[in-house]
Amino acid sequence: MTATIEANEAPVTAATTPTTTVTELDALESESIFVFREVAAEFERPVILFSGGKDSIVMLHLARKAFAPAPVPFTLLHVDTGHNFPEVLAYRDSVVETLGLRLEVAQVEDYLADGRLRERADGTRNQLQTVPLLDAINSHRFDAVFGGGRRDEERARAKERIFSLRDEFGQWDPRNQRPELWSLYNGKHRPGEHVRVFPLSNWTELDIWNYIEREEIALPSIYYAHERDVFERDGMLLAVGPYSQPRDGETVGSRVVRYRTVGDMSCTGAVASTAVTAAEVVVEVAASEITERGATRADDRASEAAMEDRKREGYF
Amino acid sequence: MGTTEHTLLRLATAGSVDDGKSTLVGRLLHDCKAILADQIAHVQTVSAARGGDFDFALLTDGLRAEREQGITIDVAYRYFATDKRSFILADCPGHVQYTRNTVTGASTADVVIILVDARHGVLEQTRRHLAVAGLLRVPHVVLAVNKIDLVGYDEAIFQGIAKDVSQLADQLGIADVQAIPVSALIGDNIVEPSASTSWYAGPTLLEFLESASGRSDASAQPLRFPVQYVIRPQTDNEYRDYRGYTGTVASGTVSVGDQVIVLPAGRRTSVAGIDRAVISATTTAVAERPSAVAGEAVTVRLTDDLDVARGSVIVSADSSPGTRRELSATVCWLSDRPLSVGARLLIKHTTTTAQAIVTKISGVLDLTALEFTGLGVIDATGLDLNDIGKVQLKVAAPLAADPYSSNNITGSFLLIDAHDGWTLAAGMIDDEEGELL
Repeated sequence: MTATIEANEAPVTAATTPTTTVTELDALESESIFVFREVAAEFERPVILFSGGKDSIVMLHLARKAFAPAPVPFTLLHVDTGHNFPEVLAYRDSVVETLGLRLEVAQVEDYLADGRLRERADGTRNQLQTVPLLDAINSHRFDAVFGGGRRDEERARAKERIFSLRDEFGQWDPRNQRPELWSLYNGKHRPGEHVRVFPLSNWTELDIWNYIEREEIALPSIYYAHERDVFERDGMLLAVGPYSQPRDGETVGSRVVRYRTVGDMSCTGAVASTAVTAAEVVVEVAASEITERGATRADDRASEAAMEDRKREGYF
Repeated sequence: MGTTEHTLLRLATAGSVDDGKSTLVGRLLHDCKAILADQIAHVQTVSAARGGDFDFALLTDGLRAEREQGITIDVAYRYFATDKRSFILADCPGHVQYTRNTVTGASTADVVIILVDARHGVLEQTRRHLAVAGLLRVPHVVLAVNKIDLVGYDEAIFQGIAKDVSQLADQLGIADVQAIPVSALIGDNIVEPSASTSWYAGPTLLEFLESASGRSDASAQPLRFPVQYVIRPQTDNEYRDYRGYTGTVASGTVSVGDQVIVLPAGRRTSVAGIDRAVISATTTAVAERPSAVAGEAVTVRLTDDLDVARGSVIVSADSSPGTRRELSATVCWLSDRPLSVGARLLIKHTTTTAQAIVTKISGVLDLTALEFTGLGVIDATGLDLNDIGKVQLKVAAPLAADPYSSNNITGSFLLIDAHDGWTLAAGMIDDEEGELL
C-alpha cells in the first residue's frame, strides 16, 4: 500500500460501540411514520417496493404503525429477478397473505423471455431490474414509490433526498435536486414524473437491527446463521445454487454463514457468522469492520460510481 | 442505557469552495473510526490510481462529477457515533451556486461548522453562511480556521479571523461561536489536540461536538399538533367508529383531557385519547397513552365530532396562535428564477399547501453591511438566486402560524412554483417587531 493511512487498526468492539438507545430509535421511528403519512395524504397512487429484505420488512412494519388500526393504504411491488432465495419468496408470500396486502410482481424473466432484456455476460440480474421497475411504475401510474434505501449504505445514496423527484424516464439528477428543508417535504410533480420516497434515509444498519430486535420483527431465515455450501469469489462467499456455480479453481465447502443483504443470489455474498438471534446480530454488526455492501454486493464493485450510474437510470 | 444520556446531534458544514470541507469531514469520520476497512481500501485504490496521497475528500465526494471536478455538488448525509453521542452530519457544498444546499443542511442543524481558509480570512460566502446560520437560529456555530499549517500555525492570523467573525456574529445575533484552529489535512485539533498550536487552549472539534447542547426543548413550548391524515378504518370490527387524527407533535405536550382549539375553525374541544400502534406479525391495533411530547408521531382523538382534516392544527386552548392570511417573513431565495412583486406561488406551511401572492418585497440583505436595504438602493428589483430578503405574502387560506423565533415548525414554510413544483424559497415568519437579524 502506498497511502499513508491504515485501515482502523484497533478492531471496534461491541463494548465500545454504542448501540442506539431507545430514545434515538423512537425518534427515527417517528420521523419515518411522519413520511408515510405525508405520502398517504398527498399522493394518488403510492406503492412500497418490497423485496423481502430486512429494510423493506422494517419499512412495511413502520407503514403498518403509521396507519394502525387501519390497514396499510399502499400496494406492494416486488421486482423479481428470478434469482431469489426461496426463503425470501416464501416470507414475501406469507406476509402478503397474513396481512391481506396487495402485491404486484414485475418479473425480469418475462423481459428475458420476449427479448426486451438480455442476460448479462456475468449472469447477474440486479442491474436488470431497472426496466421492469420503470414499466411497472408507468403502467400502474404509481406517483410515489417507497424504497428502503438508507444513506449510510453507499456514497451515491448518501446524496439522496427523502423525497427524490424522478423525471418521466425515471432518471435521478443528483446535480439538480430540490432543496429539502426542515420537515417540509415537497411532493409536487408533473404528470409522468414520480417521487421516490426513502423513509429509512436516516437509519443505519445498526439502527435497523436494534429495531428488529426491539420490535421482534420476523425475518427470512437466511439473515441468521445456518450451514450452507459456499465457494469464495473476489473475497465473498457465494452460495452454490441454480444461479451460481463455482468456476475452475474455486472450491466448495460447507460453512456457517448468514446474509447481511438480500438480492440476486448470484452476486449477493454471505458472511461467516454464528449469530442466530437479532441480539447477536446487533453485536456482530456493531463490531464489523466492513460495510454491509462491501461485504456482500459484487455489483457495487463494478466501478467507482456503479450505484450512481444505476440510480441515474432509474434504479432504486 | 446507563445514566448518561446518549443523544443525537445534527450538524452541517459550510464554507467557500476549496476551504477543505470534504477533507475536514473525511478526516473527522476517519479519526472517529467511522470509516470501515472496505471504504478506506476504496479510497486508497482511487487515490493511488491518480498518483496522489490518500485523499480524504474521496470518502465523502461520491458523485462522478464531484470527483472529476474535485468539488462537492450536493448535500451528503453521514452517520457516525462516539462513546458519547451519535451524529448526523450534512456535508454541504460551498460553491455559491449551491447555497441552497447550505440552507437545506442548516435548517435542521444543532451546530453549523463554517470553514475559513486561514490564508484568505472572511469571504463573502463566509458572511452569507453566517447570515444563514443566524436566520435559521442554529444554536451553535463552529468557526474552523482551516489550513492553519499553511500560515505557520500563526496565532495572530487565527485571532484576527476569530475577531472578524465574532463581530459579524454579534451583528447577526448569533450567541455562540467557537473558533478552532485546524488542519483537516494533517488532523490538527480535529479529534486530537495539536502540538503545533500550544497557544490554543480550547476544545478540539470533536470535543466541542460531543459537549454541545441540541436545539432548545420544544416540549416546553405551547402545544402545536398539525394534522397530517385522518384514520377511519370503517372495518367490521372494534374500530368501526374509530376516527383518529394523525400527526407529529410539533411542540409542547398533549395529554388526555387537555382543552384544545382546532384551527383554522377555532372550535374548542378536549383530547379524548392519544393512541400509538401496537402491532404483531399478524395483528394491528392501538394502545392508549396518557400523553405525547414534541417529536412523537401519534394519533389524537377528540371529544367532539368536529370538521378536522389535513391542514387543521390542534393547539393549546391557553396559548393559541390564531390564524393569519398575511405574513411578513424573511426568505432565502433558492432558485435562479427571480421573484418579483405580484408573483403567484404556492406556500407549504406545516400540512397546508395554499396559493399565495407576494404583495411586497421590502428589503434585501446587504452582505457587506449585514442589514436589509430597500430595493433599488442596492441595485435590486426583486430577489435573485441566493438573496435573503424580506417579503409580505397574502395567503388564500388561513394559516396557524407562529414566528420562527418561537417555533421552527409552525414558523417555517416553503414557496413552490405551482407550474412544475420546484422549491423556490425557504421562509421564516418574522416576529412582531419584524426583526430576525
